[in-house]
Amino acid sequence: MRDERRLSEVPRWVWALLAAAAAAQIAWQGARQPGQPAAAELPGAPSAAALELAAFGERPLAARLVMLYLQAFDLSGLDYPRLMDWLGATLELDPRSEYPLFAAARVYAEVPDAARSRIALEFVYERFFADPDRRWPWLAHAALIAKHRLGDLPLARRYAQAIDRHTRSRDVPLWARQMEIFILEDMDELEAAKIMLGGLLERGEIDDPAEARFLQQRLQALEERLQEKR
Amino acid sequence: MPGAILARLCLVEARRGGLPWLAAASLLAALSLAAFLSEVAITESRSLQLAVLAAVLRASAVFFIAAQVAASTLRELNDKGLELMLSLPLARSTHYLGRLAGFVACAVALAALFSLALLPWAPPGAVALWGVSLACEAALVAAAALFFAMTLAQLVPAIAATAGLYLLARSIGAIQAIAAGPLAEASALNRLAGLAVDGVALLLPRLDAVTRTEWLLYELPSAGAYALALGSLALYGLLLAAAGLFDFHRRNF
Repeated sequence: MRDERRLSEVPRWVWALLAAAAAAQIAWQGARQPGQPAAAELPGAPSAAALELAAFGERPLAARLVMLYLQAFDLSGLDYPRLMDWLGATLELDPRSEYPLFAAARVYAEVPDAARSRIALEFVYERFFADPDRRWPWLAHAALIAKHRLGDLPLARRYAQAIDRHTRSRDVPLWARQMEIFILEDMDELEAAKIMLGGLLERGEIDDPAEARFLQQRLQALEERLQEKR
Repeated sequence: MPGAILARLCLVEARRGGLPWLAAASLLAALSLAAFLSEVAITESRSLQLAVLAAVLRASAVFFIAAQVAASTLRELNDKGLELMLSLPLARSTHYLGRLAGFVACAVALAALFSLALLPWAPPGAVALWGVSLACEAALVAAAALFFAMTLAQLVPAIAATAGLYLLARSIGAIQAIAAGPLAEASALNRLAGLAVDGVALLLPRLDAVTRTEWLLYELPSAGAYALALGSLALYGLLLAAAGLFDFHRRNF
């Protein structure tokens, strides 16, 4: 234990100063507006090397923190070409992370604006070729979006054909390789999404609890949206 | 053995100075941060937890060791305890290396504790390789902090020099990549800057090649690459110990 003098030894003005400073600090911070969600203006993306430098070489952590940073932006005012630059830098930082492609396919492509959705889908398509055996699930989802949301069957078939032609691993399921048939079949979006998610879950492709929760919510939202339409 | 007694004294000082409590507090802080961030993530929540834990614990281990070594060495210098010890019939190298062994033991203990905390998230083999690498990295930082504390004989400059060396060693790979980037102008000045960066890299250990989070998240390094990375740390540690001994032998107290 530290050898201390009694509390009464502290002069009264020091007590008062301490209390006043503490009260002023709490009042100041309490009156401050809560932190604004990231402004609509997304800054230009730095290079992967610059991000690595900023993170002192912690590439996997930097990649995931960048994704959390991007998530804080409001989707409606987002500059998609810049956003894709950010996602590209993140993917370059940690090529084995699924986060950038997951976000591109499941979040940024699922917006009502078709032009922006196409930008996100093309990002998934372009990046698919760097590692087809690992990145096919996002392109499969992109094919579904192209068909059901954009109503662009040729685009959906292009994505499906890419999966068929470029995946080599035995781990890629048959239904994914035969995605083109799946696209051409007359099935609604919910049915297709259920088949795809069911297949992924069955094969243990989705083992992250946050991802499973997110996809379940998306499926439920889709179900409700289609019921409303009917 | 006098060297072992000196090493034990360093360990006792670290324990009494509250290093174990500090380590426990940093573990708690890292776990809380990882839990918070993974709640915000929409995918890869477990790998985010692991990446945060690994990065925070690695930085904590290095900072704690650097601060402990610098503070302990300078306390001894300022209290004239070192002068008293030097009056004993012991070689100066025994004094220096005994202390270094004690600090290295601290580094190994911290690395072992922090590695155990990662076991629920990563396979034991990967955690073991990461832990051994962290122990070597922290031991190298202990050697650097002892060298700077003895040489500079001031707390803030010693910690700043150790931190500077460590951060530069971790970033030098990225700095070299930026200097050699395709968009860099091909002027004489740029070439000179590139050569200067390459020259600095020759004087640094490659800390960006060790204790990698990728080993925990994805796959283990090959045996050759792992041995090469740790071998380069051992070599640099030897260089720091030799430089420290050289300075310690020349010094008048």
